[in-house]
Amino acid sequence: MQSTIYNFHDLTGSIDSTLHSWFGNTGTVIAEMVLVGIAFLTFYALLGLFLVYLERKVCAVIQNRYGPNRVGPMGLLQTVADLIKLLMKELISIKRSDKFLFNLAPFIVIIASFMAIAATPFAKGLQAVDLNIGVFYVMAVSSLGVVGILIAGWSSNSKYSLIGAMRSGAQIVSYELSVGLSLLAIVTFAGTMQLSGIVESQADGWWIFKGHIPAIVAFIIYLIASTAEINRGPFDLAEAESELTAGFHTEYSGIKFAFFFLAEYINMFIVAAIGATVFLGGWMPFHIGSWDAFNHVMDFIPSMVWFFLKAFFIIYIIMWFKWTFPRLRIDQLLTLEWKYLMPLSLINIIIIAFIVLMGWHF
Amino acid sequence: MSEEIIKDVIIGESDDYIINMGPQHPSTHGVLRLEVCLQGETVKYLIPHVGYIHRGIEKMCEASSYPQIIHLTDRMDYLSAHMNNEAVCLCVENAMQVEVPERVKYIRTILDELNRIASHQLWWCAFGMDLGALTTFFYGLRDRELILDIFEESFGSRLLHSFNTPGGLMHDIHPNFQKRVKDFITYFRKKLPEYDQLLTGNVIFQQRAKGVGLMSKEKAIAYGVTGPSGRGSGFSCDLRKHAPYSAYDKVQFNEILYNEGDTFARYKVRMDEMWESMNIIEQLIDNIPDDGFTAKMKPIIKLPAGEYFQRVETARGEFAVYIVSDGNKTPYRIKFRSPNFSNLFVMNELASGGKIADLIAISGSLDLVIPDIDR
Repeated sequence: MQSTIYNFHDLTGSIDSTLHSWFGNTGTVIAEMVLVGIAFLTFYALLGLFLVYLERKVCAVIQNRYGPNRVGPMGLLQTVADLIKLLMKELISIKRSDKFLFNLAPFIVIIASFMAIAATPFAKGLQAVDLNIGVFYVMAVSSLGVVGILIAGWSSNSKYSLIGAMRSGAQIVSYELSVGLSLLAIVTFAGTMQLSGIVESQADGWWIFKGHIPAIVAFIIYLIASTAEINRGPFDLAEAESELTAGFHTEYSGIKFAFFFLAEYINMFIVAAIGATVFLGGWMPFHIGSWDAFNHVMDFIPSMVWFFLKAFFIIYIIMWFKWTFPRLRIDQLLTLEWKYLMPLSLINIIIIAFIVLMGWHF
Repeated sequence: MSEEIIKDVIIGESDDYIINMGPQHPSTHGVLRLEVCLQGETVKYLIPHVGYIHRGIEKMCEASSYPQIIHLTDRMDYLSAHMNNEAVCLCVENAMQVEVPERVKYIRTILDELNRIASHQLWWCAFGMDLGALTTFFYGLRDRELILDIFEESFGSRLLHSFNTPGGLMHDIHPNFQKRVKDFITYFRKKLPEYDQLLTGNVIFQQRAKGVGLMSKEKAIAYGVTGPSGRGSGFSCDLRKHAPYSAYDKVQFNEILYNEGDTFARYKVRMDEMWESMNIIEQLIDNIPDDGFTAKMKPIIKLPAGEYFQRVETARGEFAVYIVSDGNKTPYRIKFRSPNFSNLFVMNELASGGKIADLIAISGSLDLVIPDIDR
């Protein structure tokens, strides 16, 4: 049944064998690294630009306005124009700031998000590295970003930045737990941490449908906690422009600010991609039990389209509540995590373990 | 600047973590500077510093004739421009013992209430923004625009409309005025529940607002906090009820009082006041008498020597004018009692001990307009 879905492994495999015939073993590895690097950088930049455009359009719809509609068709080139403006802006250096750390911080943030995107399965057979501990790896590298934020806040020599960075530290460290536990719920169901394995395990139904109510609870917890982890509203306390002007990136300008900005959007995509992979079946088409004809029709939609549809569905939800909800206060934020989400996800995972032991899931 | 000067002058000798909110800060709504002392996220105390937009309006008034003063009062609380104008006009009219036509009284009252709705709408926009709900801004401004269009059609200006003049109005209202106001009321009665759906019922909003910035009735009276902020603490201070002017004695309306004294109570007062304002306008809009838009006034207005006082209820509280005249065409001395000045200085009491985010919520709920504080 799965054979109708195009496997990108055919394409990548043929490129691989061609390179082998040209360069030999060592040369192939180097050439593939360069190729994958260029592909990812291009994808990263285009995705960042598109997500910024998308956010502006989505928030415009929510706020009764048009959004960008002057530069290019439907304002599509607006973000490009903004990027050029940011590139040309002066890089202001702050007196008595720690120059080295100040310049380092944006790179740490952007590298963290870059590393996390490497393990994402975009389509059948299209994944840069398929680690056997994929979920664990994504969790680990995506939480590196907080180091960059803390450094940025500390080295800016600004009180607003420092408060923003401290808030961000408290927030990310707390919500990391809930994200981990909610992902662990599905890892328990799937019995593997490998992202491709988790996708394969959803061939006959996505975990959010197969996993009874606990999977839905885990999905909701994941949405809340991951939004908090990427510092987006209503959890954008680290930036909180009405309280801290711009939080940890108050003192950054030009392209260094753009790095933070870009990393924020890419992080949003990563969160959505992981959520889509783990809960909504990744690139797996929508299948219903033994409805073979229906399943066959669904298989005709390319796997990449399925993946991006699901990822952008989650992105839309995240954007939706950013533009609707007010911001939480720091103590309420920590209360929500430690008193509600954490115990709930712990209980949830025990229930799931029980379900898996008894073999009650589909 | 050497390190020593920085240590002594800017940081100070104490170990307090002092942060300057403003004069340029997104949520001080103008050039207000709050010197906030923090302990982690908690506010220990705060000192408001005013004067960044001081223009010496009271001194300027001493060199201006009474019709000119009207235009200066616009520039104080620019969101209640009409009420400020009215205060000076009423004061001058009382001093000269001029009886203005009924039509003028009715129109002034309607415009007061329209202006109050517009002001509360903008407050609602900004309050949502302060709490991080960015969409409120566009919903509020969408509806406020309609009021401003009505203003523009009748007086040619949208914000600072100096439409009042001692003895009446500058000119008559536009023929479309009544119809457009009625259309707006029908429209806004449908749209106002949207505000509640978007913000009031939100769990996060209620958590942010309830129990935050508690102000007792005694404290409100002690600091002279008037207007919706005072009424949120149960301080019955609505001058439209207690000292009616213009046509307020001819309409039925309730004074909105909440006893909780927290940010949410202040929020609810303003939301309910928008409904009350619409009721007031509806009672008046069809019954505007037709006896001229101005009383007969002398070309040069000279107040008899003496002291004159008039207060009105603006969108933010009690605005009072005190004129000392020596019989000339300019006042000897003029003093404005602006509501925001009193409302600002209660902030230390309310925000101390809370979080930074509470401070923002409190300053938003007091609805400060900075040019009104500094004058």
